[in-house]
Amino acid sequence: MTATAVKDNRIPLRARLTTWWVILRIAMEERFVYRGDFALGTLMRFLPIITQIFLWTAIFQASGRSEIADYTRDTIIAYYMLTMISRAFSSMPGLCSGIALQVRDGEIKKFLIQPVDMLGFLLLGRVAHKATYYTIAVVPFVFVFFLCRGFFPGWPEAPVFIAFCLSLFMGFLLGFFIEASLGLVAFWFLEVSSLVFIYNLLSFFLSGHMFPLDLLPDWAIGIVNVLPFQYLAYMPAAIFLGKIPEEELWTSLAIEACWLLAFVALARFMFERGVQRYSGFGG
Amino acid sequence: MSIIEIKGLKKTYQVYQKKEGLRSSLRGLFKREYKQVKAVQGIDLQIEQGEFVAFLGPNGAGKTTTLKLLSGVIHPTSGTATVMGHTPWQRENEYRRRFALVMGNKNQLWWDLPAQESFRLHQQIYRIEGDVFQNTLDELTDLLDLRDLLQQPVRELSLGQRMKMELTAALLHSPEVLFLDEPTIGLDVVAQHNIQQFLKYYQQKRKITILLTSHYMKDVAALCKRVVIIADGLIKYDGSLEGIIESTDKRKMITLQFRDVIEDSLLAALKKFGDVTDIETPRVKLTVTRDVVSRMLSSILDDYQVDDIVVEDPPLEDIIAAVFSEITEGRVNQLADGEFESIGDGQGL
Repeated sequence: MTATAVKDNRIPLRARLTTWWVILRIAMEERFVYRGDFALGTLMRFLPIITQIFLWTAIFQASGRSEIADYTRDTIIAYYMLTMISRAFSSMPGLCSGIALQVRDGEIKKFLIQPVDMLGFLLLGRVAHKATYYTIAVVPFVFVFFLCRGFFPGWPEAPVFIAFCLSLFMGFLLGFFIEASLGLVAFWFLEVSSLVFIYNLLSFFLSGHMFPLDLLPDWAIGIVNVLPFQYLAYMPAAIFLGKIPEEELWTSLAIEACWLLAFVALARFMFERGVQRYSGFGG
Repeated sequence: MSIIEIKGLKKTYQVYQKKEGLRSSLRGLFKREYKQVKAVQGIDLQIEQGEFVAFLGPNGAGKTTTLKLLSGVIHPTSGTATVMGHTPWQRENEYRRRFALVMGNKNQLWWDLPAQESFRLHQQIYRIEGDVFQNTLDELTDLLDLRDLLQQPVRELSLGQRMKMELTAALLHSPEVLFLDEPTIGLDVVAQHNIQQFLKYYQQKRKITILLTSHYMKDVAALCKRVVIIADGLIKYDGSLEGIIESTDKRKMITLQFRDVIEDSLLAALKKFGDVTDIETPRVKLTVTRDVVSRMLSSILDDYQVDDIVVEDPPLEDIIAAVFSEITEGRVNQLADGEFESIGDGQGL
């Protein structure tokens, strides 16, 4: 096993890059087959924004306050719009159930027979998925953000913006490896849909998708801080809006990187173990 | 050393026994009963480079399990196997680049894309040089007559066309060993024939080693000189197809077309030689043992006017079915690998 690993490491980077590019390109072509799906999906994505605008306008009016936990009506709407971007990176529709299905119907065999790494292959597929989707969706995204520019406090400074981009990028990878790990549970329990349900539910509340996490009471923030969910939606938005003090910025990103590494390791470990189990018991 | 060497290979599955009813389902949450399924119970086999071997056996005999073991998808419970010197279930990339597995009921191509794209992907995964890839692809698409279909999404292809594409994908990296699990399942007679012809040609030209499982005896008769019968996870026969027919079936099927209406006296005369299986005046079908064929024919031809005679072996399917049921009843004694006269036309397709 090690001998081949060494051998494979000797493959020049150029050849590897070509391989990745071809996988990416083919996966992108596949995504483009579903053009109609795109159009509708993009449109539907913006509907919740309108609800949020009405909802928070009403809340602020009713409370008679101009600020709730450091958020004005405008920044809270900006927050929701920014979490849309975070989630555009970190959400992985169909990844977990897709892996589970492949395990259940035996399609996983393909990755045992062919000299290709399943997690790497799926990751490239996901990059392609996102890239195709958002090359098209960028037009309506820019348009809507332009219309709503009044809600935003303005562009952040360069280091903050870089941190924002980094947190989006890591959010994508973290989302991928968390959901991949969940999907790989299918090696032990064939059905993972209830697990996905629980994950989605937790993620909805604890990632900041539903409301900004700093609205939570202190004890709840304590819980949120020791979980990885906040990096999926809250963190990039909070960074952009300057909610994370600059001295904490890089610590937060470092912690996120640790979570990421932990989930990469977990997914790898589960894949190795799962395959062993699969080949030992099933097939 | 043989290209495939299998020694004492065993595979036992644990299968969860789910009983009927809600109550036992609930109980199953806490305490599960497992049944041991011995899929392969100790197989010894050697296959030489360039052989085309058929695995036959009733459903659940252990054929597919053996192929899965050899392609490294599953670990054995005990025993050893090497293919081209590699232990399959170590799944070394070096090994994975040298064999291919095609399953007739599994799709490996990208459903929504033209097959050409899946082929490009295989080129990358198997790291096939550009010109080698193009030459191989040209050769395969010519042989299988696929040239005009390469740009069509796979989902729009017929089953037969898709199977040809699957074969092409599997052969792009020029595997030295090919495992085929029912490659012609569900195909019509013409498509089956095309695939047989292709496999035959390709195997002879490239001298690759092929292990095939199929329930279509026509595939086996057309392709494989060597047949391995597996039942209950054990090898019950290893030899030529003809050997099975010779040693297990002593019957011939005869169809006689008479000039006139068949009278009772004729029927009585025929029944002396064997079993009359079908009468459609003026045609009669009967089954007789081999040793009486010539005696019967000369006797009938002397006394009656006959327009046409067909003498054939029983359909291969029938013979194999008989062998399988004998095996399962444990009555098979050492089958001899004898000489052979003529293979039946496999009419019961």
